[in-house]
Amino acid sequence: MTAAHNAKRMYRFDLMQRLVARLEHEEAVIGGIGNTNFDLWSAGHRPQNFYMLGSMGLAVPIALGVALAQPKRKVFAVEGDGSLLMQLGCLATVATLAPKNLAILVLDNGMYQITGGQETPALRADFAAIARGCGLVGAAWAADEADFERQVGQCLASDGPHFIAVKLDDQPPVTQTERDPPQIRDRFMRGMGAKRSKLPG
Amino acid sequence: MERAWYQIALDVLKANGVSLIPYVPDNVLKPLIAAIHADPYFHAFTVAREEEAVGIVAGAWMAGTKGMVLMQTSGFATLANVLASLPCAFQIPVLLMVSERGTLGEFNQGQAAVWRTMRPTLEALAMEHHVISRLDECEFIMDRTIRQAHLTQLPAALILSPLLTGGKAVTRQVTA
Ligand SMILES: Cc1ncc(C[n+]2csc(CCOP(=O)(O)OP(=O)(O)O)c2C)c(N)n1
Repeated sequence: MTAAHNAKRMYRFDLMQRLVARLEHEEAVIGGIGNTNFDLWSAGHRPQNFYMLGSMGLAVPIALGVALAQPKRKVFAVEGDGSLLMQLGCLATVATLAPKNLAILVLDNGMYQITGGQETPALRADFAAIARGCGLVGAAWAADEADFERQVGQCLASDGPHFIAVKLDDQPPVTQTERDPPQIRDRFMRGMGAKRSKLPG
Repeated sequence: MERAWYQIALDVLKANGVSLIPYVPDNVLKPLIAAIHADPYFHAFTVAREEEAVGIVAGAWMAGTKGMVLMQTSGFATLANVLASLPCAFQIPVLLMVSERGTLGEFNQGQAAVWRTMRPTLEALAMEHHVISRLDECEFIMDRTIRQAHLTQLPAALILSPLLTGGKAVTRQVTA
Protein backbone atom coordinates (compact mmCIF):
# COMPACT_ATOMS: atom_id res chain seq x y z
CA MET A 1 0.00 0.00 0.00
CA THR A 2 1.59 3.26 -1.06
CA ALA A 3 0.50 6.35 0.82
CA ALA A 4 0.06 9.53 -1.19
CA HIS A 5 1.98 11.44 1.46
CA ASN A 6 4.28 10.78 4.39
CA ALA A 7 2.49 12.61 7.20
CA LYS A 8 3.15 11.48 10.76
CA ARG A 9 0.32 9.63 12.50
CA MET A 10 -0.79 11.82 15.39
CA TYR A 11 -3.10 11.55 18.42
CA ARG A 12 -6.55 13.10 17.89
CA PHE A 13 -6.97 14.29 21.48
CA ASP A 14 -3.57 15.97 21.43
CA LEU A 15 -4.44 17.75 18.18
CA MET A 16 -7.81 18.88 19.54
CA GLN A 17 -6.07 20.31 22.61
CA ARG A 18 -3.57 22.10 20.40
CA LEU A 19 -6.36 23.52 18.24
CA VAL A 20 -8.48 24.71 21.19
CA ALA A 21 -5.42 26.29 22.84
CA ARG A 22 -4.99 28.52 19.79
CA LEU A 23 -8.56 29.86 19.81
CA GLU A 24 -8.55 33.29 21.43
CA HIS A 25 -11.29 35.11 19.52
CA GLU A 26 -14.41 33.01 20.08
CA GLU A 27 -13.85 31.07 16.88
CA ALA A 28 -16.63 28.57 16.09
CA VAL A 29 -15.76 24.88 15.90
CA ILE A 30 -18.12 22.29 14.42
CA GLY A 31 -17.22 18.74 15.46
CA GLY A 32 -18.30 15.91 13.15
CA ILE A 33 -20.14 12.78 14.27
CA GLY A 34 -18.57 10.47 16.82
CA ASN A 35 -15.00 10.36 17.98
CA THR A 36 -14.20 13.63 16.26
CA ASN A 37 -16.52 15.68 18.45
CA PHE A 38 -15.85 13.48 21.50
CA ASP A 39 -12.23 14.61 21.56
CA LEU A 40 -13.23 18.20 20.79
CA TRP A 41 -15.48 17.99 23.88
CA SER A 42 -12.71 16.35 25.93
CA ALA A 43 -10.31 19.15 25.00
CA GLY A 44 -12.54 21.50 27.02
CA HIS A 45 -16.05 22.67 26.26
CA ARG A 46 -16.41 26.16 24.80
CA PRO A 47 -19.76 27.85 24.08
CA GLN A 48 -18.57 28.23 20.48
CA ASN A 49 -18.37 24.45 19.95
CA PHE A 50 -21.13 22.52 18.17
CA TYR A 51 -21.18 18.75 18.51
CA MET A 52 -22.97 16.69 15.86
CA LEU A 53 -24.88 13.64 17.09
CA GLY A 54 -25.91 12.30 13.70
CA SER A 55 -26.19 13.79 10.19
CA MET A 56 -22.96 12.03 9.24
CA GLY A 57 -20.94 14.15 6.80
CA LEU A 58 -22.47 17.52 7.62
CA ALA A 59 -19.72 19.12 9.73
CA VAL A 60 -18.41 21.10 6.75
CA PRO A 61 -21.86 22.26 5.54
CA ILE A 62 -22.88 23.31 9.07
CA ALA A 63 -19.61 25.21 9.45
CA LEU A 64 -20.16 26.79 6.03
CA GLY A 65 -23.58 28.01 7.17
CA VAL A 66 -22.05 29.55 10.31
CA ALA A 67 -19.26 31.13 8.24
CA LEU A 68 -21.73 32.68 5.79
CA ALA A 69 -23.89 34.01 8.63
CA GLN A 70 -20.95 35.58 10.50
CA PRO A 71 -18.21 36.57 8.03
CA LYS A 72 -16.13 38.23 10.76
CA ARG A 73 -15.84 35.07 12.88
CA LYS A 74 -13.36 32.32 12.02
CA VAL A 75 -15.07 28.93 11.75
CA PHE A 76 -13.44 25.49 11.88
CA ALA A 77 -15.08 22.29 10.63
CA VAL A 78 -13.45 19.24 12.21
CA GLU A 79 -14.49 16.13 10.30
CA GLY A 80 -13.57 12.44 10.17
CA ASP A 81 -12.34 10.87 6.94
CA GLY A 82 -15.24 8.42 6.74
CA SER A 83 -17.69 11.26 7.28
CA LEU A 84 -16.12 13.54 4.68
CA LEU A 85 -16.22 10.68 2.15
CA MET A 86 -19.99 10.73 2.46
CA GLN A 87 -20.21 14.38 1.45
CA LEU A 88 -17.19 15.09 -0.76
CA GLY A 89 -19.26 17.43 -2.92
CA CYS A 90 -19.29 19.98 -0.11
CA LEU A 91 -15.61 20.71 -0.77
CA ALA A 92 -16.51 21.94 -4.25
CA THR A 93 -19.28 24.08 -2.77
CA VAL A 94 -16.86 25.61 -0.26
CA ALA A 95 -14.31 26.31 -2.99
CA THR A 96 -16.97 27.94 -5.17
CA LEU A 97 -18.35 30.17 -2.42
CA ALA A 98 -14.84 30.76 -1.05
CA PRO A 99 -15.72 31.99 2.46
CA LYS A 100 -12.59 33.68 3.78
CA ASN A 101 -13.34 32.73 7.39
CA LEU A 102 -13.74 28.95 6.98
CA ALA A 103 -11.13 26.30 7.76
CA ILE A 104 -11.65 22.57 7.27
CA LEU A 105 -9.70 20.06 9.33
CA VAL A 106 -9.93 16.41 8.28
CA LEU A 107 -8.94 13.74 10.79
CA ASP A 108 -7.90 10.73 8.73
CA ASN A 109 -7.48 7.48 10.65
CA GLY A 110 -8.28 5.41 7.56
CA MET A 111 -11.18 3.76 9.33
CA TYR A 112 -14.66 4.02 10.77
CA GLN A 113 -13.27 3.90 14.29
CA ILE A 114 -16.45 4.44 16.27
CA THR A 115 -18.27 1.56 14.58
CA GLY A 116 -15.49 -0.92 15.20
CA GLY A 117 -12.48 0.20 13.22
CA GLN A 118 -13.49 -1.07 9.79
CA GLU A 119 -11.35 0.20 6.89
CA THR A 120 -12.85 3.00 4.80
CA PRO A 121 -12.96 2.52 1.01
CA ALA A 122 -10.47 5.41 0.65
CA LEU A 123 -7.20 3.66 1.45
CA ARG A 124 -5.65 4.94 -1.75
CA ALA A 125 -7.23 8.39 -1.60
CA ASP A 126 -5.42 11.60 -0.73
CA PHE A 127 -7.80 14.03 0.95
CA ALA A 128 -5.61 17.09 0.45
CA ALA A 129 -5.38 16.26 -3.27
CA ILE A 130 -9.16 15.78 -3.42
CA ALA A 131 -9.63 19.18 -1.79
CA ARG A 132 -7.20 20.81 -4.22
CA GLY A 133 -9.03 19.13 -7.08
CA CYS A 134 -12.25 20.71 -5.81
CA GLY A 135 -10.60 24.12 -5.92
CA LEU A 136 -9.24 24.50 -2.38
CA VAL A 137 -5.82 25.32 -3.75
CA GLY A 138 -3.87 25.57 -0.49
CA ALA A 139 -5.02 22.22 0.91
CA ALA A 140 -2.18 20.31 2.56
CA TRP A 141 -1.30 17.48 4.93
CA ALA A 142 0.17 18.42 8.28
CA ALA A 143 3.53 16.65 8.46
CA ASP A 144 3.70 16.55 12.28
CA GLU A 145 2.49 18.41 15.37
CA ALA A 146 4.65 21.46 14.72
CA ASP A 147 3.43 21.68 11.15
CA PHE A 148 -0.16 21.29 12.38
CA GLU A 149 0.35 24.24 14.75
CA ARG A 150 1.86 26.27 11.92
CA GLN A 151 -1.07 25.54 9.61
CA VAL A 152 -3.66 26.31 12.30
CA GLY A 153 -1.84 29.61 12.83
CA GLN A 154 -2.17 30.30 9.11
CA CYS A 155 -5.91 29.58 9.25
CA LEU A 156 -6.25 32.10 12.05
CA ALA A 157 -4.03 34.75 10.51
CA SER A 158 -4.95 34.68 6.83
CA ASP A 159 -7.96 34.52 4.54
CA GLY A 160 -9.30 31.10 3.58
CA PRO A 161 -10.97 28.89 2.81
CA HIS A 162 -8.30 26.68 4.35
CA PHE A 163 -8.00 22.89 4.36
CA ILE A 164 -5.72 20.82 6.59
CA ALA A 165 -5.63 17.02 6.57
CA VAL A 166 -3.96 15.05 9.36
CA LYS A 167 -3.15 11.36 9.68
CA LEU A 168 -4.24 9.85 12.99
CA ASP A 169 -3.02 6.91 15.02
CA ASP A 170 -5.60 4.42 16.28
CA GLN A 171 -6.04 5.61 19.88
CA PRO A 172 -9.65 5.76 21.08
CA PRO A 173 -11.38 8.97 22.24
CA VAL A 174 -10.88 10.13 25.82
CA THR A 175 -14.55 10.55 26.84
CA GLN A 176 -17.91 11.03 25.17
CA THR A 177 -19.84 14.25 24.56
CA GLU A 178 -22.96 14.79 26.72
CA ARG A 179 -25.79 13.97 24.35
CA ASP A 180 -28.49 16.62 24.75
CA PRO A 181 -29.10 18.08 21.28
CA PRO A 182 -31.34 21.08 22.14
CA GLN A 183 -28.95 22.05 24.94
CA ILE A 184 -25.94 21.79 22.60
CA ARG A 185 -27.80 23.97 20.10
CA ASP A 186 -28.87 26.49 22.74
CA ARG A 187 -25.35 26.88 24.14
CA PHE A 188 -23.88 27.19 20.67
CA MET A 189 -26.37 29.90 19.70
CA ARG A 190 -25.46 31.86 22.82
CA GLY A 191 -21.79 31.32 21.97
CA MET A 192 -22.49 32.78 18.53
CA GLY A 193 -24.35 35.73 20.02
CA ALA A 194 -27.41 34.60 18.05
CA LYS A 195 -29.57 34.04 21.11
CA ARG A 196 -30.01 35.98 24.31
CA SER A 197 -31.78 34.64 27.35
CA LYS A 198 -32.16 35.64 30.95
CA LEU A 199 -31.86 31.98 31.90
CA PRO A 200 -28.38 30.63 32.62
CA GLY A 201 -26.91 28.59 29.74
CA MET B 1 -52.39 41.98 -12.04
CA GLU B 2 -52.24 39.03 -9.65
CA ARG B 3 -48.81 38.06 -8.42
CA ALA B 4 -47.51 34.67 -9.58
CA TRP B 5 -46.75 32.01 -6.92
CA TYR B 6 -43.03 32.66 -7.13
CA GLN B 7 -43.48 36.40 -6.60
CA ILE B 8 -45.57 35.67 -3.54
CA ALA B 9 -42.88 33.26 -2.31
CA LEU B 10 -40.18 35.89 -2.81
CA ASP B 11 -42.18 38.54 -0.92
CA VAL B 12 -42.97 36.16 1.96
CA LEU B 13 -39.33 35.08 2.31
CA LYS B 14 -38.28 38.74 2.50
CA ALA B 15 -41.02 39.63 4.97
CA ASN B 16 -39.78 36.84 7.23
CA GLY B 17 -36.12 37.72 6.91
CA VAL B 18 -35.22 34.52 5.05
CA SER B 19 -32.24 35.40 2.88
CA LEU B 20 -29.96 32.35 2.51
CA ILE B 21 -31.17 30.02 -0.25
CA PRO B 22 -29.06 26.95 -1.07
CA TYR B 23 -30.70 24.68 -3.62
CA VAL B 24 -30.51 21.81 -6.07
CA PRO B 25 -32.50 23.01 -9.07
CA ASP B 26 -35.79 21.84 -10.47
CA ASN B 27 -37.51 22.95 -13.64
CA VAL B 28 -40.67 24.07 -11.89
CA LEU B 29 -38.62 26.18 -9.45
CA LYS B 30 -36.89 28.00 -12.32
CA PRO B 31 -38.85 31.27 -12.08
CA LEU B 32 -38.41 31.42 -8.29
CA ILE B 33 -34.69 30.66 -8.55
CA ALA B 34 -34.30 33.34 -11.22
CA ALA B 35 -36.21 35.91 -9.18
CA ILE B 36 -34.16 35.16 -6.07
CA HIS B 37 -30.87 35.43 -7.94
CA ALA B 38 -32.02 38.74 -9.43
CA ASP B 39 -32.72 40.22 -5.98
CA PRO B 40 -29.63 41.32 -4.02
CA TYR B 41 -31.50 40.70 -0.74
CA PHE B 42 -30.88 36.98 -1.20
CA HIS B 43 -27.74 34.85 -1.17
CA ALA B 44 -28.67 31.92 -3.39
CA PHE B 45 -26.34 29.19 -4.64
CA THR B 46 -26.36 25.59 -5.79
CA VAL B 47 -25.03 22.72 -3.68
CA ALA B 48 -24.01 19.20 -4.64
CA ARG B 49 -26.62 17.46 -2.48
CA GLU B 50 -29.77 18.51 -0.64
CA GLU B 51 -28.27 17.13 2.61
CA GLU B 52 -25.53 19.71 2.33
CA ALA B 53 -28.11 22.48 2.06
CA VAL B 54 -29.85 21.25 5.23
CA GLY B 55 -26.52 21.50 7.06
CA ILE B 56 -25.83 24.99 5.70
CA VAL B 57 -29.25 26.35 6.68
CA ALA B 58 -28.99 24.72 10.13
CA GLY B 59 -25.55 26.26 10.74
CA ALA B 60 -26.63 29.66 9.44
CA TRP B 61 -29.70 29.75 11.68
CA MET B 62 -27.66 28.93 14.77
CA ALA B 63 -25.45 31.89 13.86
CA GLY B 64 -28.32 34.30 13.24
CA THR B 65 -29.17 34.03 9.53
CA LYS B 66 -32.44 32.55 8.28
CA GLY B 67 -32.52 30.30 5.23
CA MET B 68 -34.61 27.93 3.16
CA VAL B 69 -33.66 24.96 0.97
CA LEU B 70 -35.23 24.58 -2.48
CA MET B 71 -35.48 21.11 -4.01
CA GLN B 72 -37.71 18.73 -5.92
CA THR B 73 -39.46 15.66 -4.50
CA SER B 74 -36.54 13.38 -5.37
CA GLY B 75 -34.25 15.66 -3.37
CA PHE B 76 -36.49 15.43 -0.34
CA ALA B 77 -36.30 11.64 -0.58
CA THR B 78 -32.56 11.80 0.15
CA LEU B 79 -33.05 13.62 3.46
CA ALA B 80 -34.72 11.43 6.12
CA ASN B 81 -31.51 10.73 8.06
CA VAL B 82 -30.21 14.29 8.26
CA LEU B 83 -33.64 15.79 8.97
CA ALA B 84 -34.18 13.36 11.84
CA SER B 85 -30.75 13.79 13.38
CA LEU B 86 -30.11 17.52 12.81
CA PRO B 87 -33.13 19.89 12.63
CA CYS B 88 -35.58 17.51 14.34
CA ALA B 89 -33.24 16.38 17.13
CA PHE B 90 -31.60 19.77 17.74
CA GLN B 91 -34.81 21.78 17.19
CA ILE B 92 -33.55 23.95 14.37
CA PRO B 93 -36.07 25.59 12.01
CA VAL B 94 -34.69 24.39 8.69
CA LEU B 95 -37.24 25.34 6.04
CA LEU B 96 -37.75 23.25 2.92
CA MET B 97 -39.59 24.26 -0.24
CA VAL B 98 -40.30 21.18 -2.33
CA SER B 99 -41.48 21.29 -5.91
CA GLU B 100 -43.80 18.33 -6.19
CA ARG B 101 -42.94 15.88 -8.94
CA GLY B 102 -44.45 12.44 -9.43
CA THR B 103 -48.15 13.21 -9.31
CA LEU B 104 -50.96 14.86 -11.32
CA GLY B 105 -49.59 14.12 -14.76
CA GLU B 106 -46.18 12.59 -14.09
CA PHE B 107 -44.59 10.88 -17.09
CA ASN B 108 -41.60 9.33 -15.29
CA GLN B 109 -42.37 6.21 -13.27
CA GLY B 110 -39.27 6.72 -11.14
CA GLN B 111 -40.50 10.14 -10.06
CA ALA B 112 -43.95 8.72 -9.31
CA ALA B 113 -42.41 6.02 -7.08
CA VAL B 114 -40.29 8.57 -5.22
CA TRP B 115 -43.34 10.81 -4.72
CA ARG B 116 -45.06 8.06 -2.73
CA THR B 117 -42.30 8.20 -0.10
CA MET B 118 -42.59 11.92 0.67
CA ARG B 119 -45.70 12.20 2.85
CA PRO B 120 -45.04 9.02 4.87
CA THR B 121 -41.53 10.35 5.56
CA LEU B 122 -42.79 13.76 6.67
CA GLU B 123 -45.41 12.08 8.86
CA ALA B 124 -42.85 9.73 10.39
CA LEU B 125 -40.56 12.68 11.17
CA ALA B 126 -43.57 14.50 12.69
CA MET B 127 -42.50 17.48 10.59
CA GLU B 128 -44.92 20.32 9.96
CA HIS B 129 -45.74 20.33 6.25
CA HIS B 130 -48.32 21.97 4.03
CA VAL B 131 -49.24 21.50 0.40
CA ILE B 132 -49.91 24.70 -1.50
CA SER B 133 -52.32 24.11 -4.35
CA ARG B 134 -54.14 27.45 -4.74
CA LEU B 135 -52.79 30.88 -5.51
CA ASP B 136 -55.23 32.57 -3.13
CA GLU B 137 -53.90 30.47 -0.23
CA CYS B 138 -50.26 30.72 -1.18
CA GLU B 139 -49.28 33.78 0.87
CA PHE B 140 -51.14 32.68 4.00
CA ILE B 141 -49.74 29.14 4.06
CA MET B 142 -46.17 30.20 3.27
CA ASP B 143 -46.12 33.07 5.74
CA ARG B 144 -47.74 31.20 8.62
CA THR B 145 -45.64 28.05 8.13
CA ILE B 146 -42.39 30.00 8.08
CA ARG B 147 -43.38 32.08 11.09
CA GLN B 148 -44.42 29.03 13.08
CA ALA B 149 -41.18 27.23 12.24
CA HIS B 150 -39.10 30.13 13.53
CA LEU B 151 -41.24 30.71 16.62
CA THR B 152 -41.33 27.03 17.62
CA GLN B 153 -37.74 26.31 16.47
CA LEU B 154 -38.85 23.32 14.41
CA PRO B 155 -38.27 22.41 10.76
CA ALA B 156 -41.09 22.64 8.22
CA ALA B 157 -41.74 21.79 4.58
CA LEU B 158 -43.78 23.67 2.00
CA ILE B 159 -44.87 21.47 -0.90
CA LEU B 160 -45.65 23.22 -4.17
CA SER B 161 -48.42 21.22 -5.87
CA PRO B 162 -48.67 21.08 -9.67
CA LEU B 163 -52.10 22.63 -9.09
CA LEU B 164 -50.22 25.78 -8.06
CA THR B 165 -47.21 25.71 -10.37
CA GLY B 166 -48.55 23.88 -13.40
CA GLY B 167 -45.99 21.16 -12.73
CA LYS B 168 -44.12 19.40 -15.47
CA ALA B 169 -46.42 17.24 -17.56
CA VAL B 170 -46.56 15.64 -20.99
CA THR B 171 -49.87 14.89 -22.59
CA ARG B 172 -49.08 11.76 -24.54
CA GLN B 173 -46.88 8.69 -24.35
CA VAL B 174 -43.52 9.25 -25.96
CA THR B 175 -42.51 6.25 -28.05
CA ALA B 176 -38.83 5.51 -28.23
C1 LIG C 1 -25.57 7.86 7.17
C2 LIG C 1 -24.90 7.09 8.24
N1 LIG C 1 -24.29 5.93 7.96
C3 LIG C 1 -23.66 5.23 8.93
C4 LIG C 1 -23.66 5.69 10.20
C5 LIG C 1 -22.93 4.91 11.31
N2 LIG C 1 -21.70 5.61 11.67
C6 LIG C 1 -21.66 6.47 12.70
S1 LIG C 1 -20.16 7.15 12.92
C7 LIG C 1 -19.52 6.26 11.65
C8 LIG C 1 -18.06 6.32 11.30
C9 LIG C 1 -17.51 7.71 11.22
O1 LIG C 1 -16.25 7.60 10.64
P1 LIG C 1 -15.23 8.78 10.67
O2 LIG C 1 -15.90 10.04 10.32
O3 LIG C 1 -14.03 8.40 9.88
O4 LIG C 1 -14.84 8.90 12.22
P2 LIG C 1 -14.12 7.85 13.20
O5 LIG C 1 -15.18 6.96 13.73
O6 LIG C 1 -13.08 7.11 12.43
O7 LIG C 1 -13.56 8.72 14.26
C10 LIG C 1 -20.50 5.47 11.03
C11 LIG C 1 -20.25 4.57 9.88
C12 LIG C 1 -24.32 6.90 10.47
N3 LIG C 1 -24.38 7.43 11.69
N4 LIG C 1 -24.93 7.58 9.48
